[in-house]
Amino acid sequence: MNILIELAYLVAAVCFILGLKQLSSPKGARNGNRIAAVGMVIALVATLPLLHFTPAGVIIIAIGVVIGASIGSVGARMVKMTAIPQMVALFNGVGGGAAALVAVAELLSFGQHPALAAALPSVFSIVIGSVSFAGSMVAFAKLQELMTGRPITYPGQQIVNGILAAAILGFVIAVLAVASIPFSFISLMVLALVLGVAFVLPIGGADMPVVISLLNAFTGLAVAASGFTLNNFALIVAGTLVGASGSLLTKLMSDAMGRSLANVLFGAFGQTQAGTAAVAGKEGRSVRTGSAEDIGTLLAYSQRVIIVPGYGLAVAQAQHAARELAEVLEKRGVEVTYAIHPVAGRMPGHMNVLLAEANVPYEQLKEMDEVNDEFKNADVALIVGANDVVNPSARNAPGSPIYGMPILNADQAKNIVFMKRSMRPGFAGIDNDLMFDPKTLMFFGDAKDSLTKLVAAVKAA
Amino acid sequence: MSNELLNELTFFVLSIFVGIEVISKVPTILHTPLMSGTNAIHGIILVGAIVIAAGASSPVNIILGLVAVTLATTNVVGGFVVTDRMLEMFKGRNQAQKQSTAAKESTPAK
Repeated sequence: MNILIELAYLVAAVCFILGLKQLSSPKGARNGNRIAAVGMVIALVATLPLLHFTPAGVIIIAIGVVIGASIGSVGARMVKMTAIPQMVALFNGVGGGAAALVAVAELLSFGQHPALAAALPSVFSIVIGSVSFAGSMVAFAKLQELMTGRPITYPGQQIVNGILAAAILGFVIAVLAVASIPFSFISLMVLALVLGVAFVLPIGGADMPVVISLLNAFTGLAVAASGFTLNNFALIVAGTLVGASGSLLTKLMSDAMGRSLANVLFGAFGQTQAGTAAVAGKEGRSVRTGSAEDIGTLLAYSQRVIIVPGYGLAVAQAQHAARELAEVLEKRGVEVTYAIHPVAGRMPGHMNVLLAEANVPYEQLKEMDEVNDEFKNADVALIVGANDVVNPSARNAPGSPIYGMPILNADQAKNIVFMKRSMRPGFAGIDNDLMFDPKTLMFFGDAKDSLTKLVAAVKAA
Repeated sequence: MSNELLNELTFFVLSIFVGIEVISKVPTILHTPLMSGTNAIHGIILVGAIVIAAGASSPVNIILGLVAVTLATTNVVGGFVVTDRMLEMFKGRNQAQKQSTAAKESTPAK
């Protein structure tokens, strides 16, 4: 291979590493992303002189790049901030699909009995890439609410998954040891796609960010495997970097939720019954509701208010209304802070992004560890569209699907105002005892409308 | 084992260590942008897709190449753009303020 191309790949690899490094610090993050993009351009441009193009090759590359770039840039620009997690899932899935197809094309060119060193990574890339593609599409469907976000389980599910995995292993051996023919690796691909779907179905929508991160690492590994097949240094290094950092990131994310990765991925099995049992016997309990005037007065004469934002705030685009309320309160001398749960919203950092967009001062955003001791001194915990992250059953109901997740101690505040669209349970699909707490006032409605009403009520108080 | 394979394995193993080391201190708020950024980087599969598409002449290879290039380009472009949009929100406070008020004036809400 040409020395210059190898050197260009080396520069690209350095760009990726520096980019990742910067992406993990708040100051340099945006720059880091750009450095990585520069690395990508270098790697792409360096590849071209190496190739012998057929006329058809030139045309399909041009068409593919134009279509892909249009979908990618338009999709990424148009998407609302609330829908970003599913967009990431989509972009990850197509990458996995591309890796699998590259491996299929390589296997086709090898003939019936390829060398193990070439066939093994191809087969690996087909399986992992297909799982990542199909799994990401299910994650997308769950987050986009094209299907239920609840875990989907059925009797014998683990047996079915086991049979699928065994069948995949059988075809892997067939391709490697018997004959590498289209029938065997197409079957392999189809089975891996089914496994990808089966793998993500039993995982609840609230856990999707962790799943997407894991599938992201998978795609990285599939890309690295394709690199071994093509003897391409850039693919191996970049794919492996993503595979390794993505795996660590997946672990860090599940740590932030206070759960093990195994619990996130396989926790749905056998837990659904416990969840429904816990709900029984709660019928007939009453909740207190308050009017905008009641709550406005309560807030206006408080000293400390902690706002707990959640997905409801994101959906209603209520971040500006929240800031407005905080400003009105601060004018009256009320101390306002925001308590940010690491997984509030539907992705870690979701709330930080939204509130930053509304120009909420960074100092007012407090992370869970920092703010949890302050709740007991707070006069009001104002929960805006959050639910699972303040659900006390994470602390005291061992049967609950979210048991063990660290939560915000909103229940320790002197008063709790719970703003919600309805009594419907949150994303994890479980009831929240906090709504029935005698200290709690419910305030139903769209988060943005409700906050606007509260602003008026505080001004009038 | 061929020399080339040995080299590739070396790169592979060292990249694992670098990949883990380089992001080990990421704060929680950057988890999602980092995931999205790494997502864009594995779009490097576009290099692989272009390699297989370049020499395509049979109908099967033409279809495989076309689909692979399309998917991989979507991954690269979408990945970098969406990450940039996320990180835009983290930028210096004053600048972000100017941008968002300007945006509000030019485009009606939603």
